[in-house]
Amino acid sequence: MLTYIIRRILYAIPIVIGVNLLTALLFFYVNTPDDMARKILGEKNVTPAAIENWKRDHGYSLPSFINGKERGAARLTQTIFFQKSVPLLWLDFGRSDRNNIDIGSEIRSRMWASLAISLPTFTLGVFLEIVFAMALAYFRGTYLDLWGVVLGVVMMSVSALFYIIGGQYLLGKELKLFPISGYDHGIYSMKFLVLPVVIGVLSSVGVGIRFYRTVFLEETGKDYIRTARAKGLSEGAVLFKHALKNAMIPILTNVVVSIPFLFYGSLLMETFFAIPGLGSFTIDAIQSQDFAIVRSMVYLGSLLYIAGLILTDISYTLVDPRVRFE
Amino acid sequence: MPIILSTDLIVYFLIAMTVYFSVGVRREGTLRTAWHELKRKRLAMVSMAILAVYLGVALLDSIRYRDAVVDGNGAAVRSAQGSTVYSPQALSLLDRAFAGSRLDTEKTYSAPFAAHLYTKESVELADGTVARDYPELKHPGGHWLGTDKVGNDVFFAALKGVRTGVVIGAGTTIIIIPFAIFFGVIAGYYGGAVDDIVQYVYTTLSSIPGVLLIVAFMLLFGGSGYQGGFISEKDLAAGVFVPNDRLFWLCLILGITSWTDLCRLIRGETLKLRELEYVQASRAFGVSGLRILYRHIVPNVMHLVLITFVLQFSGLVLAEAVLSYIGIGVGPEMGSWGNMINTARLELSREPVVWWNLLAAFAFMFAIVLPANIFGDAVRDALDPRLRMR
Repeated sequence: MLTYIIRRILYAIPIVIGVNLLTALLFFYVNTPDDMARKILGEKNVTPAAIENWKRDHGYSLPSFINGKERGAARLTQTIFFQKSVPLLWLDFGRSDRNNIDIGSEIRSRMWASLAISLPTFTLGVFLEIVFAMALAYFRGTYLDLWGVVLGVVMMSVSALFYIIGGQYLLGKELKLFPISGYDHGIYSMKFLVLPVVIGVLSSVGVGIRFYRTVFLEETGKDYIRTARAKGLSEGAVLFKHALKNAMIPILTNVVVSIPFLFYGSLLMETFFAIPGLGSFTIDAIQSQDFAIVRSMVYLGSLLYIAGLILTDISYTLVDPRVRFE
Repeated sequence: MPIILSTDLIVYFLIAMTVYFSVGVRREGTLRTAWHELKRKRLAMVSMAILAVYLGVALLDSIRYRDAVVDGNGAAVRSAQGSTVYSPQALSLLDRAFAGSRLDTEKTYSAPFAAHLYTKESVELADGTVARDYPELKHPGGHWLGTDKVGNDVFFAALKGVRTGVVIGAGTTIIIIPFAIFFGVIAGYYGGAVDDIVQYVYTTLSSIPGVLLIVAFMLLFGGSGYQGGFISEKDLAAGVFVPNDRLFWLCLILGITSWTDLCRLIRGETLKLRELEYVQASRAFGVSGLRILYRHIVPNVMHLVLITFVLQFSGLVLAEAVLSYIGIGVGPEMGSWGNMINTARLELSREPVVWWNLLAAFAFMFAIVLPANIFGDAVRDALDPRLRMR
């Protein structure tokens, strides 16, 4: 088991390095530090001296990938790539381009706000999806099933923006149930969180129900289910005791992979509801064209995704012993 | 004087593909059986008809030409060299068909089918006194979905969004299909180092969350005004007006983030096909690898391409609106549902509420995404029901 986990993590290392190289290539080579300086200092009326100054102050004055002026290992270390991108490997995010804030500490303080909204949305969403999917599988072939599926397709065809704007209008402005947007720390954040969580669940539940319903139908078509029914077990017992356990494998792939990503929050929800999490941090950085932050966030996002994949593989071996022997 | 943008080529290609497949279903083969199964589903047929209407609107909006400039007497203006002078703006057939809606602007908001403006103004009455009242519209009842803040017709704006939606939904996949097929097929067929490299590339690319990769790309390249297509430097220098719509870039970038799924599917299918008897037989006959790929493998993975194409369509249309909303979508002067929603985002919080802008954008979007979802499911079930789990 342990060797499997270690091997799985070792597999991920080249991918992490690949992501690091790719982001560095995008942000330092395709978009040179000169372009960055020009975008930040303003496109017009910027002197070459000002650009040089800005680059020196923010550590972009070195060559991008290979420093021809140095000797030995310094040829590689005295470069923007080594100074700015390689430290990301040990999660040293450096400072932002615009306000010189410490990105690492900003991430650590903001991720709790992201988590406060994404964790309840996610758990409630998955729970409801599985419950409804099992109900549809139980009533399969009836009108209830048919209309459930139709409702699912309709719900997933509606833009997420509609749920947000409509929800804010109806629940926030007209019915005055919750504040429209905002955030507070600790226990006071509760009243601000209800609306985004409700809307977040609504906007994702259609896709989920449809997916899990297929999972359950696939599972209930198998031989062991027929055997269980032939034994005279009730349909409920078949569904809960037999189908649910075996359906855990596809459910896990879907669920575990997104768990690390919960730290990241949602770009859309956080901007709409003014939640000071990592999603709105990214959006703010895009709007102010702060490349250091965007680069860090792209890298962090990939890291969380890769962590999700590793967790998925590990959880597989826990629920399905067959996987271990492959 | 016709003007063809790179995104127009996408629409033309889409039309050509539709024609090709509608001819193809008449021949014998898997397509024909799939079509027969599809035809029995009434809902899928209705969806197809709706999608065809959208495609038609997109085509009308993709055929554009510049008019010759005419003087007061209706004679064409000639330049000093004697050549005809064309207006800088290339209007599409859709622009021309709805010239009324496009040009009949009002002062500001007006409700659907209204005869009066939505806001009160000082109006001079017949007896010369001035009163606060809702002034009459210039074109009462002429705006089916009302007008927006600057008085433009909402129905026309929503229609202009059709082309953007169709281009994003279809163009993204069209651009990446050749790459996904090529890499997927060689990875699956040759295996070994080729397979490792291709797998490494797509795993790395797919580890970067799609929206973040799009953010990075748009931040870096979104500013460049390249439109592609048949616009020469000479045209641009002569002042041909082409808005920087960023549409082509958006398709390319969305494509880069979404080709990995298709590539993975094709690789898996090729792994299976490689072991089949007829492929083994042609290998035994000494048929070259490339020829086997071309004759036997590629035609047999095409159904995956078709399925991915229709299934990705709806997601991409929805993504366009969200990206435009975040500010990394198509350019602001481009008609798109995302831009409509973005400009109208605060209209529900004003008093009295202006709802028709948002509702029109959402309704037009819903009316293409829902049929696309239904049709996509039907196509997948007809071609390869095993894929339902993915």
